[in-house]
Amino acid sequence: MTILRVSGLTKRFGATEVLRGIDLEVARGERIAILGASGSGKSTLLRCLNFMERPGGGTIALDGQMLGREGRAGERIYRENELIQVRQRVGMVFQQFNLFPHMTAIGNVMEGLRTVRGMPKPEAEARARKELARVGLAEKADTYPAHLSGGQKQRVAIARALAMDPEMLLFDEPTSALDPELVGEVLAVILALAEEGRTMLLVTHELGFAYHVATRIIFLADGAIHEQGTPDEVLKNPKKERTRAFLASHRQFSF
Amino acid sequence: MRWDFASVFDNTDALLVGAVGTLRIFAICLVLGLSLGLIVGLGRYSRNRLLHIPATIFVEFFRNTPVLVQILWFYFALPILLPFQISPLAAASLGISLNSAAFSAEIYRGGIQSIETGQWDGARALGMRWGQAMRRIILPQALKRMLPALTNRAIEIFKMSTLASAVAYVELLQQGKLIASLNYNPIEAYTAVAVIFFVFLWPLVQFSYFLERRLRRDE
Repeated sequence: MTILRVSGLTKRFGATEVLRGIDLEVARGERIAILGASGSGKSTLLRCLNFMERPGGGTIALDGQMLGREGRAGERIYRENELIQVRQRVGMVFQQFNLFPHMTAIGNVMEGLRTVRGMPKPEAEARARKELARVGLAEKADTYPAHLSGGQKQRVAIARALAMDPEMLLFDEPTSALDPELVGEVLAVILALAEEGRTMLLVTHELGFAYHVATRIIFLADGAIHEQGTPDEVLKNPKKERTRAFLASHRQFSF
Repeated sequence: MRWDFASVFDNTDALLVGAVGTLRIFAICLVLGLSLGLIVGLGRYSRNRLLHIPATIFVEFFRNTPVLVQILWFYFALPILLPFQISPLAAASLGISLNSAAFSAEIYRGGIQSIETGQWDGARALGMRWGQAMRRIILPQALKRMLPALTNRAIEIFKMSTLASAVAYVELLQQGKLIASLNYNPIEAYTAVAVIFFVFLWPLVQFSYFLERRLRRDE
C-alpha cells in the first residue's frame, strides 16, 4: 500500500535547478536508501518530503491525500497547519543531530510531545523514557547534549523523532558527522527500526549499510533519479555508467 | 575643606523618597523597555516588510535622538499637540522605555540571528509552529547569549532614570539637588547619591553573573 506518492517534484535555489522532476512511490514498510554524489539533490529531496524546503513544483500525496491546493498560476499553495500535521507524521533525523542544547536528553525527547501534542508531563516523561531505552540511552536521560558523544546525540535525536509516532522516518546522512568508531551504534539502532518494519528513507554514504538495510536503492544524479532497483541490482549490477562510476569511487580503497 | 555628611544624614527621609522614585521608574522602564524591545526586535528579525520597516524606523529614530530631548519633548511638547497633561513620571518613562526598546531590539535581533538554523530545523521537524519554536527553542538559547548585553541595558536604564529629574520627577538625583541647594553641601549630597546608585547597581550586576552561571549548567 502506497504511503507516499511524489510526482514531478522540482526545486531550485536561485538559478540552480536542484531537483528536476522526481517521481517516487513509497509503499508502507519500504526502506529506501538514496545515494548520489554531493550536489545531486538527495538531501533536498528528503527535506522536501516533510516540507523543511517548499517544493518548487510537482505534487506530494501522503496516505492518498494530496497536499496543498492549486493556486491560480498552477503552483501549489500549502497552509502552515497542513505542513505541521505532515511534519508530525513524517519524522526526520539530521546529519548534525540538531538536539536542543538547553534541554536534557529526556527533555529533548519530551519536547514534541509536550509542546506540539500538549501531552501531560508524566505521560510524556514515561513515553520519552521508553524511547530512550529503545535506543539504549535510558541511563543518560538527565544528561545535557554537551556531555553526550556524537553517537549518543544521534540516538537521542532518533528517540526524539520516534516519540512522535511517525508513519515514516527520514534520515539525512545520519552518520556523516560521526567519528568512525561511533557510526556502528547509530546504524545498529536504525537497523533495529528497519526490523520492526518501519517505513524509512535514508540518505547515506554507507554503501554496505544501505545494501543490508534497504529494500530499494535510488541513485540520484543531477536532480533526477538516474537508476533504481533492489540493492542487488543497483549495488552489485548497476546498469548505468554513472552509477558504476559512483560506486567505484566509493570503493576505491576497499580491500 | 571638611567633609560633613551630617547634613546628608539629616535628610535621609528625602533620599529614601528619592530612592523609591528611582526604583519605581527603573522597574517601569525595565519591563516596558525590554518587552517592547523584544517585539521590535522580532519585527527587525522578520522578513515581512510590513513588520520589518516600521521596526527599523522605530529603532533608528529612538537610537539617534537623545533620551533627555525625548523626555523634555514628551513633557512639554506632547501636551500642546494632544489635549491632555502628562505627569513627569509618564514623560520620563516614555522617553527611557522607548530608547531602551530601540537598543534592546538590536540585542534581541542579534541574539536570535546567532542561533544556528539547525535549531529551527529540529523544532520544525517535530511539528512546531513559528511561535512555539521561538518560545521553546530559539529564545531560551538566545537569551543566554544576550544576558551580558541585556544586563548592560538594565544598568543603563537605572542610570538614565536620573534624567527624569529634568522634568522634576522625584528620584535620587532630584532629591540630591534639593538637599545640596538647601544645605549648600553639593560635595556630600552628590557623593551620597553616587554611593546609593552603586549600592543598588552592584548587587544587580552580581545577580546577573549568578544568572549567567545558572544558564550555563547545560554546558
